[in-house]
Amino acid sequence: MEANKHKEPFVRIVKRDRIPLWIALLIRLAAILLSLVVCALLIYLITHSNPIQVYRSMVDGAVGTGRRTWNTLRDTMILLAIALAITPAFKMRFWNIGAEGQILVGGIATAAVMRCCGDSLPTALLFLAMIAASLAAGLIWGLIPAVFKAHWNTNETLFTLMMNYIAIQLTAFFSIVWEAKKGSGTIGTINQKTQAGWISTSFLSDIFGNFNYSINLIIVLSITVAMFIYLKYTKHGYEIAVVGNSENTARYAGINVKRAIMRTVALSGAICGFTGFLLVSGSSHTISTSTAGGRGFTAIIVSWLAKFNPFVMILISFFLVFMGNGATQIASEFQLNESASEVIIGIILFFILGSEFFINFRLIFGKHGKEAR
Amino acid sequence: MKFTKTLAVVAMTAAMAVGSALAAGAAEPVDTADLKVGFIFVGDEQEGYTYAHMLGRDGMIEALGLSEDQVISKYNIPEDESCYDAAVDLAEQGCQIIFANSFGHEDYMIQAASEYPEVQFCHATGYQAASSELENMHNYFTSVYESRYVSGVVAGLKLAELYGEDTDAKIGYVGAYSYAEVKSGFTAFYLGVRSVCPNVTMEVKYTGSWADQALEKETAEALIADGCVLISQHADTTGAASACEANEVYDVGYNVSMLDAAPNYALTSASIKWAPYYTYAVESIINGEAIDTDWCQGYADGAVWITDLGSAVAEGTEEAVEAAWASILDGSLHVFDTSTWTVDGETITTTATDELADTYYGVEYINEDGYFMESELASAPAFAFVIDGITELNQVY
Repeated sequence: MEANKHKEPFVRIVKRDRIPLWIALLIRLAAILLSLVVCALLIYLITHSNPIQVYRSMVDGAVGTGRRTWNTLRDTMILLAIALAITPAFKMRFWNIGAEGQILVGGIATAAVMRCCGDSLPTALLFLAMIAASLAAGLIWGLIPAVFKAHWNTNETLFTLMMNYIAIQLTAFFSIVWEAKKGSGTIGTINQKTQAGWISTSFLSDIFGNFNYSINLIIVLSITVAMFIYLKYTKHGYEIAVVGNSENTARYAGINVKRAIMRTVALSGAICGFTGFLLVSGSSHTISTSTAGGRGFTAIIVSWLAKFNPFVMILISFFLVFMGNGATQIASEFQLNESASEVIIGIILFFILGSEFFINFRLIFGKHGKEAR
Repeated sequence: MKFTKTLAVVAMTAAMAVGSALAAGAAEPVDTADLKVGFIFVGDEQEGYTYAHMLGRDGMIEALGLSEDQVISKYNIPEDESCYDAAVDLAEQGCQIIFANSFGHEDYMIQAASEYPEVQFCHATGYQAASSELENMHNYFTSVYESRYVSGVVAGLKLAELYGEDTDAKIGYVGAYSYAEVKSGFTAFYLGVRSVCPNVTMEVKYTGSWADQALEKETAEALIADGCVLISQHADTTGAASACEANEVYDVGYNVSMLDAAPNYALTSASIKWAPYYTYAVESIINGEAIDTDWCQGYADGAVWITDLGSAVAEGTEEAVEAAWASILDGSLHVFDTSTWTVDGETITTTATDELADTYYGVEYINEDGYFMESELASAPAFAFVIDGITELNQVY
């Protein structure tokens, strides 16, 4: 027994009870700085370019000109919208990894309306139809796995994942049905000549300049505020939190869990579908299997890192998009391969995610710390 | 559908009428020192197709004596609004001419071209420059089918050496998509083979990707397992060549020499040289001259070639290659001569029929001399028949 006492582990990991906000922020900041130093070292060792210049060109690539800033904002808003969409489901512990598919079906629905009614409907009606179609498509795509989960307790992770593949195949199918040139398999820009169904921001150009994505910005920021209120101050939001913590408690409290699941995931899907509308009508003006581009998965990181706080998500999505757009610039300016910029983003994410560990736990070295708390 | 078809016919007719004769209006000459050139690439140096374009860019830089910082390249730009973003970003950085190299970039180039009328936008493999009615939008491609044909002659000679000229051997082709550019290429290659060994047949299997090393290797292996004794490809990696080396089957590649991947079995590769076009287009900017709306040139202008012959080629290959090039140059050989191929046993005499309207939009591609006018009406490849002797094992769009 005596011997055992001396064989205490060199380091122990203890869960922190609570940590002041400023220390948590400090740890995160330190993580980001540390990751930048590691990246700088890596850049210097591999390419011998000046890391400071590389970082400067990243900033230049992301926000160097008015257009670049708007592009960064546009991509930020799309990522943010998807993160907001999946948040209620995730908060309820419904692992919706089907955002990709829900975005695509929303996009297909939008594209279909644009193609069919672009010439016939007046603008206001056309947009109403596009929005309604995208919401409905996303909603249905989310509701299907939710119904199965609620009634037969199927595994929603697998189910939503599989729904992605169906949506991708559907997109591929419509890429051929609607293809611009036989055999090409690409749709091309829809309504290129008339621009019917394109979100136009020219009437706001006095405020934001000739080139802007201000409408996307306004819409998504409104969704952010609405989602914050919905989750924090409404009965539905409260139900989501309770179901997420414990289904049994929720049931005991008289919450209709089945209904809560279906309603929440339908909402999640509908917002994803709406993001598909924003992508097709607001920027791409086409639909292809790469329209969602993996953002349905990146958004999970955004939502999770933000601890489901919509306002924090703005910062995180901006940061990720900023890094991504900046990385494209390095690839062009320093003849670094695109993969180099992915390595940089990977390192930074690694440090940020790693810092969460030190925020939640602390390390105790040697035997001195045995009574520490 | 009917409407789009009519529209396409109108567009094609307009394209033919306008042609390259009525190219963009000439602008003011630009001092070489003030010149800025932008490139939008769908891949990077790891991908054969883009690599060939990068070599073309470097050739242009050398030929015109530009400095490195006068050329801005953007790599790995997908075929979506990222291309539009890249194009306008290059325009804002002061580029007078911007190139994009992938089919799906075209609509976004047109969108950017309509917003920056003073900047010239050039798009490889596209078909809409003429119908867009934008003076600053241009298409370019090369008569790569010529080099496909000649690489086919190299393959045919090898088959003749191995099995005799009367052989009914089966060869295989790894294609990317069931799409005119690919079909035009494998038909030219096959006609080249058949000019030496008339009874050879060919199987085509599509991968559904322009560049997928593992999948191309697998596809080549499947073709070899199916009895194909020689493999060629229209996909961008060395996957097929490495399968050939491992299975001791001869290989004809695309874009880059396959001698690194298959030192003992690579015969040659059909390849494109983009430098002549890039030099021509940028030089036009410097001289303030108009750029052709549809540019397509071949061996005569140094735009296509076949890579160095491997040590495995049959005796007399070099002479046969010279002879094939010479007959292409003097016009005695037309690759798509309708007397050399049939479809379902019939010789094709016209493409302007209702049954073929989905593919050729009612346009007549077969001229009085009896050959299919590939890349003469517009720069992008159009030949999409699957001729007798070729079997497609699958369809991937």
